[in-house]
Amino acid sequence: MTAALTDFGIAFARVAFVMMFILNLGGLLTWVERKQSAIMQDRIGANRASILGFRIMGLFHPLADAIKMLTKEDFLPARADRFLFKLAPFVSVFFGLVAFASIPFGDTVRIGDRVVPLQAVTLNVGVLYVFGMLSLGVYGVMMAGWSSSNNFALLGGQRAAALMISAEIAIGASIMGVIMVYGSLNLMDIVRAQGVPLLPRVFGAWIPAWGVLTQPLAFILFVTAGIAATKRIPFDMPEGESEIIGYFVEYSGMKFGMFAMADFLETVVIAGLTTSLFLGGWQVPYLQATGFAFPWGATLDLPHVLVTLMQVGAFSLKVVIMIFIMMLVRWTLPRFRYDQAMRLGWLGLFPLSILNIVLTGLVLLLVGPRA
Amino acid sequence: MKALQKLYLREVLSGLGLTAAHFFRNMRLHVARAFGKRDAHGAVTIQYPEERRPYSPRLRSLHRLVRREDGSPRCVACMMCETVCPARCIYIVADEHPNPEIEKMPARFDIDLGKCVFCGYCVEACPEDAIRMDTGILEFSSYSRGGMIYTKETLLSLEPAGPNGVPTSPVPIPADRTVSGA
Repeated sequence: MTAALTDFGIAFARVAFVMMFILNLGGLLTWVERKQSAIMQDRIGANRASILGFRIMGLFHPLADAIKMLTKEDFLPARADRFLFKLAPFVSVFFGLVAFASIPFGDTVRIGDRVVPLQAVTLNVGVLYVFGMLSLGVYGVMMAGWSSSNNFALLGGQRAAALMISAEIAIGASIMGVIMVYGSLNLMDIVRAQGVPLLPRVFGAWIPAWGVLTQPLAFILFVTAGIAATKRIPFDMPEGESEIIGYFVEYSGMKFGMFAMADFLETVVIAGLTTSLFLGGWQVPYLQATGFAFPWGATLDLPHVLVTLMQVGAFSLKVVIMIFIMMLVRWTLPRFRYDQAMRLGWLGLFPLSILNIVLTGLVLLLVGPRA
Repeated sequence: MKALQKLYLREVLSGLGLTAAHFFRNMRLHVARAFGKRDAHGAVTIQYPEERRPYSPRLRSLHRLVRREDGSPRCVACMMCETVCPARCIYIVADEHPNPEIEKMPARFDIDLGKCVFCGYCVEACPEDAIRMDTGILEFSSYSRGGMIYTKETLLSLEPAGPNGVPTSPVPIPADRTVSGA
């Protein structure tokens, strides 16, 4: 009985950690977006929201946003499809949230005699799961555009669907190279394989085989397509804040907020996926399960808890750095025109991803797998 | 060159480098300021309600009526400003002045600042230098149209701006601007 309870508790804790991680990070991103853009543009940024005179660098602004959105009128267009209209924002947020489930945030941890992998759900097809959940997010967008009974919302939904499909083809094709190199669809295995030295005969044990080094082309393609999948600038023609009308034109209040939140959640998911596939996930360079083993021969034994904490910290740090880079892109580049984005997706990213698969296959054939 | 530009990658990276350089430079300045270096400014913006740019002495701000030494308006109700005003926002009712040396004085002198375009023609047209736009007051919004109408008493109570264009008299609150029933 207690064993079953403990199992349940551990499973609950794994899911709760991932949930808290992604929800809090997603909520914080509104603040990060405001402040980072302000600092990039020589401004100070939103800092006026205060509680009892405390401003703490504008950190209350996400709270103020939430209060504003929850208290606004929840508008329902007269001719909208009531069920689908209300369902659409939940679908968008739901698939953004669950996509993170199989991304590992640490190695296995020993609790008593149990060995618990640090990810919400252990799946041996984790990559496909994340990819599938991200793709299902399109349905929320299309539902929103279609059910609003607004021509402009419908067009916006179509643009969003076309963009996300072209982006996700490129995402899927660019991941293939990584899967070929590490020989697994399990994200935990992929991350673990990135801890072994890269080309030990040439570099010794100095350089870990992170995906960004084994698959540099795939890294660039994946990040580009990933930013497109989040529907944010420079690929934001589904909504196009200042010029064109997007799929959520009829939404107000918290339903609108949920669409905005879904974009932030997708940003976190793409950052987490990039970290797992290309930046070594929870790997700290030279850190093994028992402690550091430096390439010059020195070793430093560390307790299990400290190693685990360092791994989770390294994963979080890498995700935050990836988010920083994605925000940097968002506040640097102007928007692509619709046809430019389509051309980039289908005639740029997709063929290059195929080329990457072919090159990876050739190299693996010549060098031998797991060289 | 054309092919390189079509690849986007180099241009994108140089753009990212520029914005990232700004980010880290400003971040360093912000941190330096947080640790007590007061002359480090991570932003070029002015924090408006607390900090203000010095206004130009030529700035056309809220009007005021110039007073004589006894406190009565210098205005002689010649209607020049009312005539020249392109927005027709000045309304004057003339009255006899108790001093026989002075021909007239305004019984009413209302400016509807909701209509005023701040062209300064009234100041130029005035033969008595009785109206000026040098109070330095720029924030005088109101929730009603009536609150934008300034009466003679309010306009007479305003003082010219100090150095740097800082207002020396308080902004009249809407209730003080309008005579009830006006």
